[in-house]
Amino acid sequence: MTTEYEVVIGLEVHVELNTDSKMFCSCPTTFGAEPNTHVCPICLGMPGVLPVINRKAVEYTIRAALALNCQVAKYSKFDRKNYFYPDLPKNYQISQYDLPLATGGYVEISVDGKKRKIGIRRVHLEEDAGKLLHEGTGPKTSLVDFNRTGVPLIEIVSEPDLRSPEEARLYLNKLRTILHYTGVSDVKMEEGSLRCDANVSIRPLGSEVFGTLTEVKNMNSFRAVERALAYEVERQKEILERGEKVERETRGWDENRRITVSMRGKEEAHDYRYFPEPDLVPLEISRDWVEEIQERLPDMPDERQARLVRELGLPEYDAEVLTSSKDLADFYDACVKHYPEAKTVSNWVMGEVLGYLNEKGLEITDLPFRPEDLAGLLRLIDKGTISGKIAKQVFQEMCKSGKAPETIVEEKGLKQITDESEIAAIVEKVMEDNPKVVEDFRGGKEKALGFLVGQVMKATRGKANPQLVNRLFRERL
Amino acid sequence: MKISRGDVEHVANLARLELSQEEMEALTRQLNDILTHMEKLGELDTEDVPPTYHVLDMVNLFRPDKVGKCLQQEEALANAPDQDQGCIRVPRVLEGS
Repeated sequence: MTTEYEVVIGLEVHVELNTDSKMFCSCPTTFGAEPNTHVCPICLGMPGVLPVINRKAVEYTIRAALALNCQVAKYSKFDRKNYFYPDLPKNYQISQYDLPLATGGYVEISVDGKKRKIGIRRVHLEEDAGKLLHEGTGPKTSLVDFNRTGVPLIEIVSEPDLRSPEEARLYLNKLRTILHYTGVSDVKMEEGSLRCDANVSIRPLGSEVFGTLTEVKNMNSFRAVERALAYEVERQKEILERGEKVERETRGWDENRRITVSMRGKEEAHDYRYFPEPDLVPLEISRDWVEEIQERLPDMPDERQARLVRELGLPEYDAEVLTSSKDLADFYDACVKHYPEAKTVSNWVMGEVLGYLNEKGLEITDLPFRPEDLAGLLRLIDKGTISGKIAKQVFQEMCKSGKAPETIVEEKGLKQITDESEIAAIVEKVMEDNPKVVEDFRGGKEKALGFLVGQVMKATRGKANPQLVNRLFRERL
Repeated sequence: MKISRGDVEHVANLARLELSQEEMEALTRQLNDILTHMEKLGELDTEDVPPTYHVLDMVNLFRPDKVGKCLQQEEALANAPDQDQGCIRVPRVLEGS
């Protein structure tokens, strides 16, 4: 008989805050600059310098913590985490140990239609490390770029509440959406502004004791997270099935080989000898400040999703897709303001708009036209100026040129032909050219009409009003 | 003895310090002396004294989120014994095996 196992996963997520300047000095945080040009004596850890806390970084951390339903500490401080690795010029990282800025929150995820609350143990603020380049630098050396050193970073530690790799992915996705709504970070995994490590263990189903965990690192995409965790769970199962013991260690995900590889023993690596950072004075967070930040917090995705269902009568699915990013939800809301048919707008945004963005790999904010232009396009269909089919053509043109739909219809001569005599002439010509099809229809073949209508649409390059064409054929057949 | 010779070796290793036998023994003795001395503090009655996390009686020293001047790349790299492509070249520390 094989044992059934329960999977236990906790995630540690690091998110870079998008402040203009670094955590403790005034160097810029922009991504992609020439190596070692966004550095100064403070972030390079020169002797005698003094770090000073960026107020906005603290504010952003509190904002993120509130969005994750955490308690914000009244009193907090920074500590030195000591370790030797060349990505840190000081040989310690300024972080937070026993008094983090926030604790005790949760994120709600929906698993197979059921809501689950995933606990957040703590949110703390620290400085990011530099970047090491290993590729093409010779076999025994690495190159160090300190531009990222000192960029404000928050670490969000979940409780070990996740029960499958899929839940881990859903949690991470939800976390990213929420943080994106708060505007404190770009949360781009590709650019490293969101990074994720996982603690994974398994135990026989029903057991109260946790199994030995491994820490999995180097997962560079959402898909990699799910894959790496699935691999690690299977690896641990096989070890236990053989009657052996899982070793407590750090393992790295190798995306090419699709396996996790042992990196180093955990005990030694975690001897960080934390102590209070003597160069920084503690933080006393007033309740007034927390309240002020709370008041300015935008609606979170769950609230907006519920509102779209409640107030506009959208299906749950539409509401979920439309609120998957704040920018998309804002775009949708703006469209509906100018064209109040909620479901029609939803169909266009989920179909044409998202289709176009996915195809081109763009964001909603990259669209060259405004929400009111999409509303204007839908009104043109309502007025009978263009058909739905032509509207899709106009939409593509709007995406390309950013011109208003009315202008495009005018310039390209796409206005629907509604003059009955003009269309009647074409209808009669088509009947004349296709006597066999006309016979088929008269003989009872309904489908033949479709072909005839199609011929008229072709002759008018889609500009004939389809209802009108249908009526004219029926009158004549 | 609060601190053993093994403790000193462990901490020296974490701090990447290479110590001779004599230094190791001297440090073990000195660290224990320091601890014994600090224990004197334990004789004080601190019943009504609130705990403190920092020696300075100050909180909330902030700077605004403003970008200022950085070093030039040449300045930043001036102290580096070895450099390449605008980066500091260091011995590789293998994280994997």
